[in-house]
Amino acid sequence: MSTTSVTSASGTTGPPATAVPLEADLTVVARRHPWRWVGVGVVLVLLAMFVHGLATNPGWDWPTFFQFFATRTVFSALWVTVQLTVYGTVLGFVLGAVLASMRLSGSPFLQVVAWGYIWAFRSIPLIVQLLFWFNIAYLYQELSLGIPFGPEFVHFSTNNLFGPLGAAVLGLALHQAAYAAEIIRGGIISVDAGQTEAAAALGIPKRRQFFRIVLPQAMRSILPNGANEVISLFKGTSIVSVMAIPELFYQVQVIYGRNSRVVPLLMVATVWYIVLTTLLSIVQYYVERRFARGTTR
Amino acid sequence: MIDVKGVHKSFGDLEVLKGIDLEVEAGAVTVILGPSGSGKSTLLRSINHLEKVDRGLIRIDGELIGYRRRGDKLHELRERDILRQRSQVGFVFQNFNLFGHLTALENVVEAPVSAQRRKRSEVEPFARELLERVGVGEKADAYPRQLSGGQQQRVAIARALALKPKVLLFDEPTSALDPELVGEVLDVIKELARDGSTMVVVTHEIGFAREIADTVVFIDDGRIVESGPPKEVLDNPVHERTRAFISKVL
Repeated sequence: MSTTSVTSASGTTGPPATAVPLEADLTVVARRHPWRWVGVGVVLVLLAMFVHGLATNPGWDWPTFFQFFATRTVFSALWVTVQLTVYGTVLGFVLGAVLASMRLSGSPFLQVVAWGYIWAFRSIPLIVQLLFWFNIAYLYQELSLGIPFGPEFVHFSTNNLFGPLGAAVLGLALHQAAYAAEIIRGGIISVDAGQTEAAAALGIPKRRQFFRIVLPQAMRSILPNGANEVISLFKGTSIVSVMAIPELFYQVQVIYGRNSRVVPLLMVATVWYIVLTTLLSIVQYYVERRFARGTTR
Repeated sequence: MIDVKGVHKSFGDLEVLKGIDLEVEAGAVTVILGPSGSGKSTLLRSINHLEKVDRGLIRIDGELIGYRRRGDKLHELRERDILRQRSQVGFVFQNFNLFGHLTALENVVEAPVSAQRRKRSEVEPFARELLERVGVGEKADAYPRQLSGGQQQRVAIARALALKPKVLLFDEPTSALDPELVGEVLDVIKELARDGSTMVVVTHEIGFAREIADTVVFIDDGRIVESGPPKEVLDNPVHERTRAFISKVL
């Protein structure tokens, strides 16, 4: 920084004749934020208390936690949870894609049907719907394939067709489809109409217009919401415990029913839910990066 | 080359085109002028069947666009046939509409590969050549968002040329550009005009129209008010409305 002695132009009432920096060279001092530091202090103390409690409070019962954390029973329960999540997600998003395309189609009838489906399945609490599927044999003892209102070719007993796991997957998928449909539709309509128009003007075939031009750009907004749904479905599988399906949450309930160590076993489930959600978040990060080509945010 | 006969088009209650007749010779440059809302963009878009006309016929090279005639009825063509017809017409949009997730080169390569089923390896050198020709050769691997408006529009022109179209349609190609970028895009279009491409250009650039047009068409309120060589229409307009418009934009 350069300093210059300033002399008043008029020469009468100038500033004192000491070295003063030019106005353009003044140093900038950022505003201080003392309350932020107070906030940091308070939060740090609370965090320290929590961690200290985790380590010292005997109620957490870490020995029991480690005894069950990596047992065969817990792993097989975890596997059921993962299966429910994967099947629910895949079926849910496939059906959701069909519903989204119905809502975006030019047919008012298909639009209304898809809208009605979404309305219905968003209105029914998941647990209520699951209990319906679990009791489906009470309404329909037999299902058959054939010509509608005509002859039937194959018969199934409803109870054989839907085991409890099948009923659970079906319930989760039907529920998921309603949300997936809206997420997919939202992604598609977020792509500027000019993109389809340009593709049409170039004579690019309809199917390729969608898969090559629209969908990759729609994925940008489908992915974060979609990942949210997968994670929430993953944790939502715990609801299936009401149907006595041996998934993670049901299994830890069974164990603490026997040994009464409720807290450590809930922690077993909690930590596994956290671990798998973390994995999903990491996958999400990389998939999103893949679809971020050509964007600035 | 392009033959427009008695074309009518309404959006709801609003009649935008009220009976348009227009002929464009092969190799000729036609500039369409007119106030906003006069129907000039709609006319251009109907030539490519991006808008369906309510009445009237449009032919390119004798081929009916968008419809098949059976007796005294016009049946709309299947999507596939419409797309095939469109691949013979290059369209340049006001807002460029480049595919944002594809690089400049991929934007140009896309249509020849997917609409004309040509090999990517065979199209790529040609696409690079086109980008070179419109002056953005060094931007082949850039994404649209990394380009200026003028560069984006030049890539869009290369993309339209990649199909080797019989006809090029420009819908206000410089209206979305900063003033200092207009020149570079107009230069590319002039170059194409000199090479003998058949072109229809909707624009507000009167000076540009005077320079490149073989025919200037003035449209107002859904009708062609007058048309002819630029010297007549721009310098000695017969119609009062044409005179009023030209004095306003000059």
